[in-house]
Amino acid sequence: MSPSDTPENTTAPGVGDSAADGPLIVFDQVVKRFGDLTVLDHLDFDVAAGERVTLIGPSGSGKTTILRLLMTLEKVTEGRIDIGGEPFSHMPKGSGLAPASESYLRQRRKSIGMVFQQFNLFPNMTVRKNVMEAPVHVLGLSKDEASARAEELLDLVGLGDKVDAHPTQLSGGQQQRVAIARALAMRPEILLLDEVTSALDPELVAGVLDVLREVAETTDITMLCVTHEMGFARDVSHRVLMFDQGRIAEAGHPDQIFGDPQEERTKTFLKSVLENGH
Amino acid sequence: MNGLMEFVNGLWDFQYTGQVLPDLFSGLLVTIQATVIGYAIALTLGLLIAVVRRVPVFGTLVHFLMEFIRTTPLVIQLVFVFALSPANISVFTIGVVVIGVHYAAYTAEVYRSGIEGVAKGQWEASRALSLPTSRTWTAIVLPQAIRRVIPALGNYLIAMFKDTPLLFAIGVVELLAVAQQVGSKDFRYVETFTMVGFLFLLVSIPSAIVIRRLEKRYVAV
Repeated sequence: MSPSDTPENTTAPGVGDSAADGPLIVFDQVVKRFGDLTVLDHLDFDVAAGERVTLIGPSGSGKTTILRLLMTLEKVTEGRIDIGGEPFSHMPKGSGLAPASESYLRQRRKSIGMVFQQFNLFPNMTVRKNVMEAPVHVLGLSKDEASARAEELLDLVGLGDKVDAHPTQLSGGQQQRVAIARALAMRPEILLLDEVTSALDPELVAGVLDVLREVAETTDITMLCVTHEMGFARDVSHRVLMFDQGRIAEAGHPDQIFGDPQEERTKTFLKSVLENGH
Repeated sequence: MNGLMEFVNGLWDFQYTGQVLPDLFSGLLVTIQATVIGYAIALTLGLLIAVVRRVPVFGTLVHFLMEFIRTTPLVIQLVFVFALSPANISVFTIGVVVIGVHYAAYTAEVYRSGIEGVAKGQWEASRALSLPTSRTWTAIVLPQAIRRVIPALGNYLIAMFKDTPLLFAIGVVELLAVAQQVGSKDFRYVETFTMVGFLFLLVSIPSAIVIRRLEKRYVAV
C-alpha cells in the first residue's frame, strides 16, 4: 500500500534525502483573492524535491488555486512563492523584488507541467503533434527527436497505437493519458495534477491512475495532486494536506490522515467523500 | 397572337442581347477582380484587427475605428476617399482598398467571435506548456477559430461581390458602369440591365452553393 520511499517521520512533511538543499517549493504567506472572495488565506507550506503531495478538501477550499498559481495561470494577491530557492511569483529588481514579468515567468515555468481536469488537448493536432509541440517549440528539439520522445511516452501511457489519431477519436481516459504524456514530454521537475480523473467515466479512471502510479514509481518528479481518489492518494503520496477555507486544516502522512484524522473537518470531509462512493 | 409576339419582341431583342454580352463580360471581369482583391484585403486585415483588438488601449482605439466604418455607408466612404486621394492613384485601386477595408471591419468581428469561441482551456494548456505567444496564436488558437468561422467569412464574400456596383460611384468601369454606358448609347436598358442581374446570379448562386457545402463540412467539427 505505502510507497517504498515513505519518509520515516509520519507527522512532519516528507523530506527527501536532499533536505540540506532546502525545499523545492515554498509558499510564504500566500493570499489569493478573487474580488471579495479570499481563496487562499496567508498560506505557508513547503514541498521537498521529489515529494508527492496530495491536496484534499471540499470544493472551493483553494486546492486547485494552488496548482494554478504554480502554473502561473493566476497571480498571487499577496505573499510570495519561491521555487528552487529562487523567487517565482516575483523577480529580483534592483535590491528588492517586483511581481514577475511575463518573460520571467515563461522562463521559470518551463520546469513545471500540468494535467487538467478537462484534458485540454489541442483538437486541431494529432496525438503525436500534441506531445511534440512544446518539445519542438519550447525546448528546441528537432522534429525527429521530439517524435521519438512522443512515441516513447505514448507507449508508456499505453497508447502506442494511437499516435496518429486525433484527440476527438479517443475516449476521455485515452485523452487524459495523452495529456499526461504531453506534460511529461517537457521533462518537468514538478508535475501538477488537477482532478485528472474527475471528468472521466468511472470505468476509465483506473487506466489513468495506473499510468500515474507508474510515473510516480519510476521517476523522481515532484508531484502536487488535487484529487478525490483517496485510494490513489494513499498509495502514491508522501504527504496529504487537508484544505479548508483557504488554509491547511491538517497535514500528515496518508496513513495518518486517512486512518486517524485528528481534525473534525478532516473527519467530516473524508466521511462525505466515502459516502459519495469515491 | 402576332400582336403579343410583337409586344414581346419590342421588349426583348435577343440579337441585341448577344451584341452587348461581350462588353458586359469585360465589366464582369472587373467586378470579379475587385471582389477577389478586396476580399483578400478584408480577410488579412480583418484577422490582424481581430488579434490587435485584444491589446489594451490600442485595441479599443481600433475597435472604435471599426465601429465607425461599420456604421457609415460604403458609398460615402468611397466618395470621401476618392475625393481625398491624389490624382495619380487609379479609381480601381481606391475602390478595391476602400471596399476591402470596409469589409475588414466586418470580418474582424467574425474572427473575433471565432477566437472567443476557442475554449479557455486551450490557452491554459498552451501556457502550461510554456509555448510562446506567437506559437499559441498560429498553431492553436487561430486554426481552431478560423475553421469555425469559414462559413460566416464566405457569406461576406457574396455580400461584398454584391456591393461592388457601388464602385461605379467613383468611376470604376465594372459591370454596372458598362451596362450604363451601353444602355445609354443605344437607349435600350431592358436587355442590358436584365443581363447584369443574370450575370450577378451566375456568379453568386454557385458561390452560395460552395459556401453551404463548407458550412456543412466545418460546422460539425
